[in-house]
Amino acid sequence: MALPVYASPLEKLWHYAYLVLCALIFVFLIAPIIIIIPLSFNAEPYFTFTDKMLTFDPEGYSLRWYDKLITFGMAEPDAPRNMAFWLDFWHNATWMQVAKNSVIIGVCATVLSAGLGTVAALGLTRPEMPFRKQITAVLISPMIVPIIISATGMFFFYSGKWVPNVGPDGFEWGRLAGTYAGIILAHAALGIPFVIITVTATLSGFDQSLVRAAASLGANPRTAFFRVVMPLIMPGVISGGLFAFVTSFDEVVAVLFIADHTQQTIPRQMWNGIREQISPAILAVATLLVLLSISMLTVLELLRRRSERLRGMTPS
Amino acid sequence: MTDATLPTPSGPLTTADGRPLKAALAASLAVRRRRALMLVAPLFLFILISFIVPIGQMLFKSIYNDGFSKNAPALVQWFDEHPKGSEIDESAYAALRSDLILMREQKTAGEAGTRINYDISGTRSLFTGAARKAEKLEPPYKEAFIALDKDWGNPNVWRALRSAANPFTIDFYLAANDMTRDETGAITAVPKDQQVYKKLMGRTLMLSIEITALCLLLGFPIAHLLATLPMRKAMLLMIFVLLPFWTSLLVRTTSWMVLLQSQGVLNDVFVWLGVIGEDGRIQMIYNEMGTIIAMTHILLPFTILPLYSVMKTIPPSYVRAARSLGATSWTAFRRVYLPQTLPGVGAGGLLVFILAMGYYITPALVGGADGQMISNMIAFHMQKSLNWSLAAALAAQLLVVVLIFFWIYDKLVGIDKMKLG
Repeated sequence: MALPVYASPLEKLWHYAYLVLCALIFVFLIAPIIIIIPLSFNAEPYFTFTDKMLTFDPEGYSLRWYDKLITFGMAEPDAPRNMAFWLDFWHNATWMQVAKNSVIIGVCATVLSAGLGTVAALGLTRPEMPFRKQITAVLISPMIVPIIISATGMFFFYSGKWVPNVGPDGFEWGRLAGTYAGIILAHAALGIPFVIITVTATLSGFDQSLVRAAASLGANPRTAFFRVVMPLIMPGVISGGLFAFVTSFDEVVAVLFIADHTQQTIPRQMWNGIREQISPAILAVATLLVLLSISMLTVLELLRRRSERLRGMTPS
Repeated sequence: MTDATLPTPSGPLTTADGRPLKAALAASLAVRRRRALMLVAPLFLFILISFIVPIGQMLFKSIYNDGFSKNAPALVQWFDEHPKGSEIDESAYAALRSDLILMREQKTAGEAGTRINYDISGTRSLFTGAARKAEKLEPPYKEAFIALDKDWGNPNVWRALRSAANPFTIDFYLAANDMTRDETGAITAVPKDQQVYKKLMGRTLMLSIEITALCLLLGFPIAHLLATLPMRKAMLLMIFVLLPFWTSLLVRTTSWMVLLQSQGVLNDVFVWLGVIGEDGRIQMIYNEMGTIIAMTHILLPFTILPLYSVMKTIPPSYVRAARSLGATSWTAFRRVYLPQTLPGVGAGGLLVFILAMGYYITPALVGGADGQMISNMIAFHMQKSLNWSLAAALAAQLLVVVLIFFWIYDKLVGIDKMKLG
């Protein structure tokens, strides 16, 4: 937005003040995320820049918190860094375990919510769909209901003994709380609104005459769906899935209520770390997570461009 | 093809196989409707069973608590037979004794006592203590019980027992609104210094309003800048909005803890600038201020994105036209631009308000004592005090507020117009 030539001095002043204000707000948005990256390399156990860090003295920086991240929970953290050490890391390191849990739970929950959500979105966008508004309201309610209420409701539901289970002592009724399946189902429910919203948005811009064109060229409904509709709505499905994955990957309250100690996730472990005694090792985790979200953002941007290109728009 | 070439129908229209057209169309519509419903059904059932029904069950606990009534069958029967106001005689104490013996066998004295304890604190031990000795008591039981603990003769305790004998109760809603029942059973407010929940609900509303206002105030200029800049620059700056949006909530909360600590970066900068002295470091976290700053930062993208998508659609020529007709830049903004942004302001503001009302993690981590919100109190009653019925009553009230605002959101914006990223 350029300043018009007829602007008065006062308007010019206001314009520059406005730009400065915007710059400050951008700093407010981004600084807290950027600042933890250098702090995670702090050689001292402080949460602020030491004098050595400020003078860029290499001694002020170290990888000790990343080292702590790796060795925390290992059987022999001081062993030489050979094959055995890394095997120990893979099997025993606390952060490795919680990362594995986060990925397993996140991927399963995403597949579940993206699959069910896409099918439901296909139905919801059909013009003959009855009760569309009411059903949509129910489907996106997990996003609106405060998480503490969802988590307590799920806690009672998943603690109930109603899952048929063949255990070592024969048949018994089991509960889903404290199992992977329980967390995955809970996270799938929380991720579904995001899939519904993104996929219906993609489908509402979908040109139905393409399906008719495919049919007129001899494709049966299944071929038309898999070869025409699917490729076109795929970007929407993937970005909805990404939202669902991030929701699960970042979720801590449901895990607090439903999971037991074997299903701890990254945010759950961070929650522990922050509540008990916060150490710069948390900042090392945070830095890694920021890098993860940067790569996620890149994927999303590439998808958006692809989606626009597929629809014949010039990517902006 | 024009109408003239079609044969003029005589009688009702029919399909090729002779069925009335209207019925055939209706049948085909019904088939398509069923197909659409079949697509949605699996997900709908999943959400219904694993989400809606559990929340319903949880909320049901706010009006139903059988902790006492199911463990004290004899007393429940006695209360049924003796209307309110009848004298607590020997038969009541005999019923009490038989119930306590039963509780002792089934190890449920604690559960029953907990239920009464919600009404009169300190009575849990009354039950667990008496259950241990009930079998050895000799008639007359009334004197024996009162000798055991004079609280057994307290009419208030017996009033609480009578009210708990009915599992359906509104007492938890009374408690959630800082109310209680006096000696006559009439509803009164609890003493001022013991009022917690109304204050907390007020603070939750107040904090949410403040955070929403701050988000709109900070989000408006940014959205305006992004909407008016050339596309390429705007996309570059958009990263500054989207990166926080995609970054883990716990990461962002941690960053604020690091920044705002009294030995943290921000205080260090202030000291270095000489704004404050070394001993005058500001406490910016573990209080209300910490909650407001961190939550504003976390929710800001939720205002910027809807505002931006509305502002994108406002043609810049409108403001130019207003200027050319003699409006000052302020008038053009106020009378032409601002009214067109209102849908975005409404959508962003309502969304942030709804999300802020139910926030739990950030207040729990950076809120300290006076930055807690109603969600934290629900979590406290769920995990620490284990008064699930009170937690459910608080949750129900929070849910009602959130749903009212969601309904307004639907009326103003439409839930099908909700967009992300």
